[in-house]
Amino acid sequence: MTRSFIRSPLMTFVFWLVLSFMTLFPVWWMFLVSVRQRVDLFGTPSFLLDVSRMTWGNYQAVLSNPTFQKYMINSLIVSTSNAVLVSVLGLLAAYAMSRYKLVGKDNIFFWVLTNRMAPPAVFLLPLFLMFTLWFRVGDWSLFDTRLGLVLLYCVFNLPFAFWLLQGIVDGIPRELDEAAYVDGASTFTVLTTIIFPLAKPGLAVTAILTWVFAWNEYLFASTLTSVDARTITTGLAEFVTVTGTNWGQLAAVAMLTLLPAALVLALVQRHIVAGLTFGAVKG
Amino acid sequence: MRNSTTGWLLIAPTLFILFITGLLPFLYVLVVSFFDWNTFAVNPDPHFSGVENFRRLVFDEAFLYSIWLTLKFTFFVVTSQLVIGFGLAKLLSRNVPFKGVFRTIHTLPLMVAPIAVGATWRLLTIPGLGPIPHFLQKWFDVSYILSRFPDQAFITVVLMDIWHWTPLVTLTLLAGLSNLPREPIEQARIDGAREWQIFWDIILPFMKPVLLTTVFIRLMDALRTVDEVWMLTGGGPGAETRFIGLHIWRVVFPKTDYGYGSAMSLLALYMTIVICWLLYVAMTGMKDNKQ
Repeated sequence: MTRSFIRSPLMTFVFWLVLSFMTLFPVWWMFLVSVRQRVDLFGTPSFLLDVSRMTWGNYQAVLSNPTFQKYMINSLIVSTSNAVLVSVLGLLAAYAMSRYKLVGKDNIFFWVLTNRMAPPAVFLLPLFLMFTLWFRVGDWSLFDTRLGLVLLYCVFNLPFAFWLLQGIVDGIPRELDEAAYVDGASTFTVLTTIIFPLAKPGLAVTAILTWVFAWNEYLFASTLTSVDARTITTGLAEFVTVTGTNWGQLAAVAMLTLLPAALVLALVQRHIVAGLTFGAVKG
Repeated sequence: MRNSTTGWLLIAPTLFILFITGLLPFLYVLVVSFFDWNTFAVNPDPHFSGVENFRRLVFDEAFLYSIWLTLKFTFFVVTSQLVIGFGLAKLLSRNVPFKGVFRTIHTLPLMVAPIAVGATWRLLTIPGLGPIPHFLQKWFDVSYILSRFPDQAFITVVLMDIWHWTPLVTLTLLAGLSNLPREPIEQARIDGAREWQIFWDIILPFMKPVLLTTVFIRLMDALRTVDEVWMLTGGGPGAETRFIGLHIWRVVFPKTDYGYGSAMSLLALYMTIVICWLLYVAMTGMKDNKQ
């Protein structure tokens, strides 16, 4: 009797509801902090939004701050360039893997994937030294440049794009490009007129997910930039260490940081689990 | 199959970039770990010192403590996420209205930047502002101050990781459960098997590949956790939540002890590999015994 009640659809529904509440609560609280006036922040916590006392002041303050604007623009440029770069290179590499006989194919595939699994903290020091000592011309070095970050984010995004797109290209019938080659088309024509249009949905998912991964990255950005190329995530961390008391603005920056991920969530939700487990599990 | 030179040309940029960003740093860190190189030292130029860096590491208490903390943290989060995730997946495998919406909400933490996750939890736990210290004080008369009590800091970090990553475990196991064959389970039920017997003898063996992958991925991620902990506790109080990634980052960079830092990085990498390998051997061994 009780057992069947616990297993009833109604209880499952209620359970999902409670779970969703628990998932959303921390983010909801952060939103509340970000739209509350300073005087309302302290005292007994209230979990409801008082619309009459709501303020967008924190967001205005943050968005009109030139330093923060720079960080945000850096993040946008770095994430977008990186997403485009890894999608294009990933597609080419995936096509090569899928259609050509390459010696040591399985080993290459495995090696490419291991790059994503390596703990980033291990590579901070060598990368820092390489960026400051090796890749330098006169006064200019790769350290603290957006270019440096774009290249660096390839280490985790390129294997991901490569892996995701390989599945997509494998799904495109071989006969299509074979027929085009018989008609005298070049590899470039086949890639642009057959593979690219057919891989478009997969490319979109790849670009969106890699964009979010690049946007979310913090450790590399914090150690390999200092002033010019700092990103929104490092800005968020600086808020704690530098102006540690302005919680409203901190919450506003954090909301802006997680906003893109939340916006595209519904679009790519089905691919996230497969993506994070490298296809071992279909979402 | 066409000319494989074209194929190599197509894959070359990818391999080249990964060589620069992935393989080269590894080789570099390997070489530097055998050098004494500190730009603040009397002799700032690198000079060969053999295994001296590694010898120092073995007796470095702060380093060993950060490894111990990392292992403790990894053990707690991975086991609790597995148990909670399996329970949730089992409960949620049934059909329910708005399943898609619920699933999307449940996936949200996976996409949020770890640094923002740290910020959210910080806002929940600041004394005076956060609801957690307020209600713990009011209802249980517990004073909750992350910057003062190491145990509270550690537990909060674990809870934060559970909030952040349990959805991944739930969703992977949910996918695994939905692929379970129905016949053997129904047959066992007809034969009068108990629920726990069915779970232990039928469901678990079928789920083994999915479980193995999930544990693997969570293990690797947990061992390298940095961002959210840095944001929430800064590794503190003292060094009580300073996991290995934080330790490398915080101790090595301000001191510019490059040789020693390289040895430390390398050891952290070996630790990750060895743990994953041991787990792999243990789990595949278990499977063989069963069959």
